[in-house]
Parts: sequence; structure tokens; C-alpha cells
Amino acid sequence: MAFSVIVFAGAAQFAAVGYVATGLAWPAIILLTALLNARHLLYSAALAPWLSGVPVGRRAMMAHVLTDESFALTMSHFRRLRRPDERGYWIAAIGAVFIPWNLATLAGVALGAQIPEPARFGIDVIFPAAMIGLAVGLITGRRELVAAIVGAGVGVVAALMASPAVGIVTGGVVGPLVGLLVPARDARETAPLGTVASAERFSLPGAHFDDDDPR
Amino acid sequence: MTNDLVVLAVLMFAVTYPTRALGLLAPGLDRMPKIVVDYLQLVGPAVLAALAAVSVMVIVGDDDVPSFHVGIEWVAVFVSLAIVARRGNLLLGLIAAVAIVAITRAAGLAALPV
Repeated sequence: MAFSVIVFAGAAQFAAVGYVATGLAWPAIILLTALLNARHLLYSAALAPWLSGVPVGRRAMMAHVLTDESFALTMSHFRRLRRPDERGYWIAAIGAVFIPWNLATLAGVALGAQIPEPARFGIDVIFPAAMIGLAVGLITGRRELVAAIVGAGVGVVAALMASPAVGIVTGGVVGPLVGLLVPARDARETAPLGTVASAERFSLPGAHFDDDDPR
Repeated sequence: MTNDLVVLAVLMFAVTYPTRALGLLAPGLDRMPKIVVDYLQLVGPAVLAALAAVSVMVIVGDDDVPSFHVGIEWVAVFVSLAIVARRGNLLLGLIAAVAIVAITRAAGLAALPV
């Protein structure tokens, strides 16, 4: 429950729970968390121009509930309104993500212990399936695809040569480097932060924005 | 153990919060060098794919030596990936993956994890 309230980062929580269970050292878990959540830097930088009028204290609180989902919802909302909407941000981040996520965690805490021999029910496959599913959601171009494939391949080789933790970190560092070698074919793949292309890149499926930037 | 995990959660928060707050609180961060932005955009897919691949393909035995693993989990994760890519529905993908593994293990066609 503490993970969901304090960390509030789905992929990192999944990873941490999986690796705490297998006895992975904390420094490796923390490094993986930092790597997994590095993408939030992009989200916060992209939202910054929209939320520059919000007092610093509230922006600091907004940061804690900034996730993949709240970013996508908020950007779509701001673009649709053609102006920032602080209340919309809170509704997306707290109402649509934070509260449901923590209620679901609470349900898991209450009910999870009642399941005898979870492996018999295939529960152990949820972690890798969730990771690859979340990765698919982040793949919007050829570069991301190459980074993911190389990250997975390098990760497995390095894990076999050293340990799973070394493999994952190595894959997470090397994959993007190889991905950068792929030439960007259009603006969507390397959309500058805060632009229309960037907003579309992170928007909900089916959303489309006009080319003129309202800001 | 529980208190230890709260400490771990706080440490994870300590490395997560700055990535969320920097852009919102530090002016001009949206003008990072393009190469840095491009790299950061690729880190998420690479780490997540590495996590999935290592989880499914590498097991560590009692002797602490990692070894290559082939099992029904490969099929389950691939089916899940296909469903998410095609339908965009992560929950459906997870249910399919769990069902594949649970049914094959119940039928004795796949082994329980080590």
C-alpha cells in the first residue's frame, strides 16, 4: 500500500514488487526505478508551459501525481480546451488515476493473501506481461521499437553473463543508445516538447490536434 | 519486513519525484538538448522490454547462476503483447496470459516456476 501512495508509479511498483520477491538488492531496485521513471521528466517539461501560472507550491504537489495516464488525459484536455485547466489536471490525476489505483491496491492487499499457491493460477506471468504491455503503449515509432528490442536482447545476454539486475540496467541504457541510431522519419518520432506533435504523441488514441498552437 | 518496504518506497519516491517535479518547477527544462529528449523518450520502452524479457527468459537457480529458460511463459507473454498491440487493452492481454499459463499448468503441460 505504501508503494501506491508514496511512489505512485505503476511500472516501477510492478518491478519493485517482483524483484523484492526474488531478493534483488535495493540499490538495483532504486536504480531501475530511476531509469523507469526518467520519462516523467519529459511529461513535466511538456506540461510546464501550460501550468506556469499555477503557484509553485501547487505545482510541486501536482508533480507527485504526474503519471503516464494523467499526462495523456491532461494534455488531451488542455488541447481540447485550448487553454490550461488546473481543475482538469486534478480530476485526471487524482480522480481518474490516484484514487482508483490505490483502491485497487487496497483490494489486492486484502484479497491477495487468500490465493493459495499463486503460481498454479499463472499469477507469476502478470509481471512480464504487464511490463511488455506497458512497453507497447510507449512505442510510437521505429526508434522506440528498436530501443525496446535491443533493450530486451541486450538485457537477456547481460543477465545470463552477470545477473538479472545487471541485465535490466544494461538493456535499459544500451537500448536507447541504439535506438538513437535510427534516423527519425517524421516529426512525431522526435517531436520537440510542448509542440502539437509532442502533444499528439502523448495523447489518447484517436485524439487529434490542430496545427496552430494556442499558446 | 513491512517497515523495510516503507523505507524502500521512500527511497523509490526520492528518485521518482525529481523527474516529475523538475520540468514543472525548473524553468527552461522544456528546452533540453534534442539528443537528451530523444534518449529519454527511448528509455521507457527499453527498460520495460528488458524487464519483461529477463523475467521470462532468465531464471536464477539455487546456485545463484543465471540460466536461459524456455517455457509456456513465452507463449503467454507473446499472446499478451499481440493483444495489447492489436486491441490496446492491457487488462485483456493480462487475462489471456494468466489463462494460458494457468490452463497449461493445470493440465500438466507446463511446469510450475522454480
